[in-house]
Amino acid sequence: MKTEIVLSYLRKDKLPHIWCPGCGHGIILGSMMRAVHKTGWKKDDIALVSGIGCSSRTPGYVDFNTLHTTHGRSLAFAAGIKFSNPRLNVISVMGDGDAVAIGGNHFIHAARRNLNITALVFNNYIYGMTGGQFSPTTPYKAIASTTPYGNIDKNFDIPSLAIGAGAGFVARSTAIHVPGLDDIIYQALNYDGFSVVEIISFCHVQYGKRNKLKTPLSMIDWLKSIALPIAAYEKLGEEQRRDKIPIGIFKNIPTEEYSQKYIKEIIDPNKSKDSILKDYCKAKLYDL
Amino acid sequence: MIKKMMHGNEACAYGAIIAGCRFFAGYPITPSSEIAEELAVLLPQVEGKFIQMEDEIASMAAILGASLNGIKSLTATSGPGFSLKQENIGYACQTEIPCVIVNVQRGGPSTGSPTMPSQEDFMQSRWGTHGDHFIVVLSPSSVQETFDLTVKSFNISEKYRTPVILLMDEIVGHMTEKMILPEPGEIEIIDRKKPSVKPEDFRPYENTEDGVPPMAAFGSGYRHHVTGLMHDETGFPTNNSEIIQKQKDRWKKKFDLARDTVVFTELTDAEDMEYLVFSYGSSARCTRKAVKIARENGLKVGSMKALTLWPFPGKELEKVSRGLKGIVVAEMNMGQAIREVERAVGKNVKVLGANRYDGESMHPDDILSVIEKF
Repeated sequence: MKTEIVLSYLRKDKLPHIWCPGCGHGIILGSMMRAVHKTGWKKDDIALVSGIGCSSRTPGYVDFNTLHTTHGRSLAFAAGIKFSNPRLNVISVMGDGDAVAIGGNHFIHAARRNLNITALVFNNYIYGMTGGQFSPTTPYKAIASTTPYGNIDKNFDIPSLAIGAGAGFVARSTAIHVPGLDDIIYQALNYDGFSVVEIISFCHVQYGKRNKLKTPLSMIDWLKSIALPIAAYEKLGEEQRRDKIPIGIFKNIPTEEYSQKYIKEIIDPNKSKDSILKDYCKAKLYDL
Repeated sequence: MIKKMMHGNEACAYGAIIAGCRFFAGYPITPSSEIAEELAVLLPQVEGKFIQMEDEIASMAAILGASLNGIKSLTATSGPGFSLKQENIGYACQTEIPCVIVNVQRGGPSTGSPTMPSQEDFMQSRWGTHGDHFIVVLSPSSVQETFDLTVKSFNISEKYRTPVILLMDEIVGHMTEKMILPEPGEIEIIDRKKPSVKPEDFRPYENTEDGVPPMAAFGSGYRHHVTGLMHDETGFPTNNSEIIQKQKDRWKKKFDLARDTVVFTELTDAEDMEYLVFSYGSSARCTRKAVKIARENGLKVGSMKALTLWPFPGKELEKVSRGLKGIVVAEMNMGQAIREVERAVGKNVKVLGANRYDGESMHPDDILSVIEKF
């Protein structure tokens, strides 16, 4: 039954997908579709936007209004869609490099601006499509094709970045905590404002093979060993917290959504109209 | 009819709204900022949306997002910002999303001369983004033309599903002069064609007779996929070389068919001319004065003003160049349009450039001194 729900949202003629066997992204796609199903939104009213990378191929398989944009720009396109037509439900899917490297500027400003967009970051710690280069989330010391001697870059903590930039809903889950992930994505979709869910995925092909996690199963076991609920994480001492990842909802507070604020505070039909526009724009020139 | 004193950037903002633009995204940059400032005031009055984005890349992305919703959209910038926009201008070419990009030129490269006039982006406006692509570039030389060509830019972008660049320069943007607005009903406004087939039969990149596929707005019931990858008629990515070539050939067909309807030139003093001055943008104003002085001195000089820079009006130029003693190409750069002029007229006519690239506006003497060289 649950498979049927997921399939009912997919473009079945576009399957099989391009993701490698054993990739975590397909599990996340399933979660997304169950969460969307729970909202009751019509396919016609959903715009799914992505950037470039493995995760950004998601829109091609989903039967919504779908947009596969340029690398890192998913949220900037999504802003134009949501702000110009607030009636649409807008979801943005990004990878780790997409969201916080090349798209980092758009990410923090989307969080600050607070348009009602749900940002789902599929974090597999690596640039998969281009062959396994390190990303801003690759852990310290990890091996990638461009960190052959171990990674010395400090990595981003995506929820902290989102909270620091002002996002009202911030959560993290993983591709192996499926019932929890379904619920977190559902809550993010329902949130009236900018919401961020970091979803730890796994890539045994580009990340695992270089870091003693050669099989999907070993990556799943690894994720099981490092992910724990926020409350349990907070009870740990500083030393024990190292190498652990808290999952759950970090922040969920009501905020005033940007396009609603614009309509309320900026568009004022009682405001005196420019004399030229009075003559030339009596009627709306476009009809949505 | 309304007569009003306005500066070029202001005329651009009014032209956009009257053409039906209801979405602007931009980032502050001299000498284009007044377009954004004006639209921040005016757009809310017509229930339009104004948004200042985090950079020019995001502004370009946002207007494409809005245009996918069926809303006419605009962004405005200058040199450095125009460079940043090239990424998503390419996306607009690949996905055939109508939009208008204003570039009020400054001298470059890099930060260059932000407050000084230039026409150094002639080539970038055509070839700024990577890969084979087509684009339309219009360039006004007065406040009136800025208004008229802004409206035309939207019409062309809607009619042919293409980004259109309005290439202004600092002089035209910041100059105040009289502008006449025609009666509301007298302004031609074109909207993109929409699909009439059933949603399941909709092909967003269909090879239609005119090469322009109908475009459905997001949320209108025609769910479809848009990608910057090469795609087939249904919009989904393809690596099939036959299909890739077909798509690109359709783009060419579309622009070949559109060509004569988007190329605008003005020819003056041509009846008895022995020399021709070719120019565009604010250099064309200077050309007018130079021609007047030359004629007072007994030289038979005419002029051609290009309002469309790309597709380049080579055909129009070639036709009037036969038998001429010389052509001067007057432009505020080190010689960009001159290459196209030479290509159009071949070896039959001698072509010389009158170039100014020191940040000052073109002076009639700059042109007259070149005519003397023939």
